[in-house]
Amino acid sequence: MSSPLWQALPLYIVLTSLVTAALIFLAGEQRQKLRIVLNMGGALLKLGLIGILLVAVRSGESFVWRLNLMPGIDLVLKTDGLSLLFSTLSAVLWLLTTVYAIGYLERSPNRARFFGFFSLCVASTMGIAAAGNLFTFFIFYEMLTLATWPLVVHRGTSDARAGGRSYLRYTLPGSGVLLAGMIWLYQLTGQQDFIAGGEVADIVLGNENSLRMIFLLLLIGFGVKAALFPLHGWLPRAMVAPAPVSALLHAVAVVKAGAFGIVRLVYDVFGVELVQVLGMDLMLAVAASITIIYGSLLALRQTNLKRRLAYSTVSQVAYIALGAAVAGPLATIGGLVHLVHQGLMKITLFFCAGNYAEALGIKRIDQLDGVGRAMPWTSAAFTIGALGMIGLPPIAGFISKWFLGTGALAAGMPWVVGVLVASTLLNAGYFLPLLRRIWFSAPPPAWPGGEALSRGARLALVVPAVLTALSALGVGIFAGLAASPLGWVQFIVGNEYQ
Amino acid sequence: MQLAPAELLLSLVFAPLLAAIAAVMLGARAGRLLAVMVCLVLAIQLLFLGQRFSADGPFDLALAGIAPPLGIRLALDGLNLLLLWLVTLVYLGTSLHAWASIGAGARGTAFWPPWLLMLSALNGLLLSGDLFTMYIGLEIASLSGISLIALDRKADALRAAMRYLLLAMLGSLVYLLGVAVVYAITGALDFALAGSRLPGGAVTIAALLLMTGGLLLKSAIFPLHGWLPPAHGSAPPPESAVLSALLVKVSLYMLYRIWFWMEVPVAGLVSAGQLLAAMGAGALVYGSIAALRQQQLKYLVAYSTVAQLGYLMLVFALPGAWQGTIYHLLAHGLAKAAMFLAAGNMIWALGSDRLDRLPGLDRHIPASVFAFALAAVSLMGLPPSGGFTAKWLMLTAAWAAQAWVWVLLLLTGSLLTAAYLFRVFALTFAPRSPRRRAQPVRRPHPLMELSALALAMLAIGMGFSGTPLLDVLALPPQLLPGAAPGLPAPLHLTPGAP
Repeated sequence: MSSPLWQALPLYIVLTSLVTAALIFLAGEQRQKLRIVLNMGGALLKLGLIGILLVAVRSGESFVWRLNLMPGIDLVLKTDGLSLLFSTLSAVLWLLTTVYAIGYLERSPNRARFFGFFSLCVASTMGIAAAGNLFTFFIFYEMLTLATWPLVVHRGTSDARAGGRSYLRYTLPGSGVLLAGMIWLYQLTGQQDFIAGGEVADIVLGNENSLRMIFLLLLIGFGVKAALFPLHGWLPRAMVAPAPVSALLHAVAVVKAGAFGIVRLVYDVFGVELVQVLGMDLMLAVAASITIIYGSLLALRQTNLKRRLAYSTVSQVAYIALGAAVAGPLATIGGLVHLVHQGLMKITLFFCAGNYAEALGIKRIDQLDGVGRAMPWTSAAFTIGALGMIGLPPIAGFISKWFLGTGALAAGMPWVVGVLVASTLLNAGYFLPLLRRIWFSAPPPAWPGGEALSRGARLALVVPAVLTALSALGVGIFAGLAASPLGWVQFIVGNEYQ
Repeated sequence: MQLAPAELLLSLVFAPLLAAIAAVMLGARAGRLLAVMVCLVLAIQLLFLGQRFSADGPFDLALAGIAPPLGIRLALDGLNLLLLWLVTLVYLGTSLHAWASIGAGARGTAFWPPWLLMLSALNGLLLSGDLFTMYIGLEIASLSGISLIALDRKADALRAAMRYLLLAMLGSLVYLLGVAVVYAITGALDFALAGSRLPGGAVTIAALLLMTGGLLLKSAIFPLHGWLPPAHGSAPPPESAVLSALLVKVSLYMLYRIWFWMEVPVAGLVSAGQLLAAMGAGALVYGSIAALRQQQLKYLVAYSTVAQLGYLMLVFALPGAWQGTIYHLLAHGLAKAAMFLAAGNMIWALGSDRLDRLPGLDRHIPASVFAFALAAVSLMGLPPSGGFTAKWLMLTAAWAAQAWVWVLLLLTGSLLTAAYLFRVFALTFAPRSPRRRAQPVRRPHPLMELSALALAMLAIGMGFSGTPLLDVLALPPQLLPGAAPGLPAPLHLTPGAP
């Protein structure tokens, strides 16, 4: 089956969200039932299509769809193992986040605008996942910036607008740098599709310094969204956004898009070997390590729950970059699988933080005392997420750290293990006190606030958090199965290092 | 039915002219119907002409069989074919807007005849192959434009119209003086013929200076831009759209024809070209900063035109950017027309053009705000849009010529544009103050919203149509390989260099 319509499957995955976004905008503010049907219909249809793709790609099929944009430049959407890893994660988490957002925004204004841009964000993320060359990646990367901004400033308060301003101050110059790097690369190579092992191998001689600069420019462009130190400043400030948006920023779309860009840059634009030849692997590893430690140290100092989680993201996403920097299949597996694992654990934590704020008005860490008895399900989910972040087996985070550590030893970078150990201690340092407060402190006489939620809304808030927590546990326990994220990543890495 | 190209070309000018006369005699109701019908007829004619063009390439014909220097030559090549399409599409969109916003009442009686006359003059200017006919077209178009600015007879509009009138007259006179010098030396007005007969030397330089200076004033190129913001800011929205999208562009078109088609044999053109480009750079920076400081929506959009015109001067220093420059001209035409129409709707809805009245507006007229946003995407040069394709082409050209100053300007130009446009959106998203909440919001007519949206979609659509459009766009004779040396390519802007 290789008809053009069948080959265009990656396009349909983008379109399911794009069309959903358009329909939501058209349906307007008042028709809430229709909006829910559209949202869920789009999300489920997308999951179905991704299921078909997963089976087809596993059996060796490949999908490419091209559209000419200007002379020598094509929009290319294609499917490989890596793109499916990212799009599966985003599609699953989108479904859950949508359910959560419907409950979270039950009575707030401007919901049509919110869900419209929300779908647009996911459409961009699907485009990023399926992009078959750097140009296409850039188009969707920019769309993501534009579609996220209205969500960050959604509440319209001066805080929210300041958060939005800071988001743009980082991302727009970042994309300018990315564009400059891309123009430079296209001057050297012309248009090239992403390909395992890299696309620039045959022009290396005589261009080493240009290539180093290009790598750096592209890395900065992606590093802004991935919140690599020192480009991370926007992420904690974007915390003013509603909780579902935080989930989107930290787990489903934005930060992940940056990390995914770094992965593409290392594996499919330059290729692991060339990155080593140019000496950029050590630079990236050091940058990622600094970010890991620095993010954790700052997380330790926060008193606001969401800000602590935000700095924790800065630290955890750098694991993915670290995996890309350390050569060899083991570290690659650790980095890639952390793309999924971090997403599952971090989205759980943000769902829970949102629940605490909605139900009881808890925003600061010292308000968490005894909340375990008041909200047992949410607190259980939070506990699984936090322990996973620390790296406690058998939760997902342990698998990532194990592969990263053994990979670093195999690649002759033993100091990376030190970074991992330090980071684990720091993770424990900023998560364990929370767990102690939640479960072992006496509750206060009265909770700070919160509002009375309908039964449906409460379910919509709690169920996604519990499901993602169970998934984080499940992908750790069943990591040995071929269908687990780890199994899929090993399949991808097998192709990269054949 | 096979129409001869001569009739097709002539009717592009005479159909709107006859419609203008009919509108005077039959009144406003007939006038607005005629305006829309004429635009549709023009579009059909352009389809036929486009077919003929793609089959046989560019062609020209002498009116009434009398060749230049005695007769008048009409010429069609890729450049004016694209501009004719721009004129027709912008006129169709703005006429539909004016159908509802100007209407068939007393305002309509004064509106539709000069409106149609201006269309006729623009088409005549674009088709003509000689310096004097272009002058006549520009004069008629400017005078019709001035009478439309003064349509509402408000004090500030009258003042703006008067200022524009005086400066436009000055510009035309200076240009005409240059044409007179050319005619005195060569006995010809046809630009190819006159160019080939021009000797080098002081007189030719004087003629070129006069023509260029006059046209720069007419195009409002920094620092000669002072008349533009009040004129474009106080005209009725469809008129502002046409002024910004078309009128300032056709005088630049004349400048291109003179610089790149006349093949003037003058030394020092290179540094003169760099001076023109430097003016463009000034326009870009000054216009953006001025736009950032405006408190009124239409003035902000008008200063944005001042800034964006700067990009169109790049080609004088960097002939390799020809395709990108023209692409920018077209995309900016569509996007700016859409933006003026959308801004007009927003002002209509609020009854005020103060920016601080914007909060909460997107809930009331989402289609117009969305049109404004789509137009903004193209103006900021974010993908996918015509503005981005233009930026990519210009950046590639500047990079290939190693014109780093321009690379930097192109990249920061987008950031400046984003700065003043996102200000509008941030205000729109802000919550309404309780005092303002009670104020009524007028719904614009659906035609007003749809016309803005359609033009904005066309600007976005230009992001996907690069190859066919650039195929039509031929290089100017001076840039063709083996052409007479006028502007040696590639040049680059280096400050202080001779």
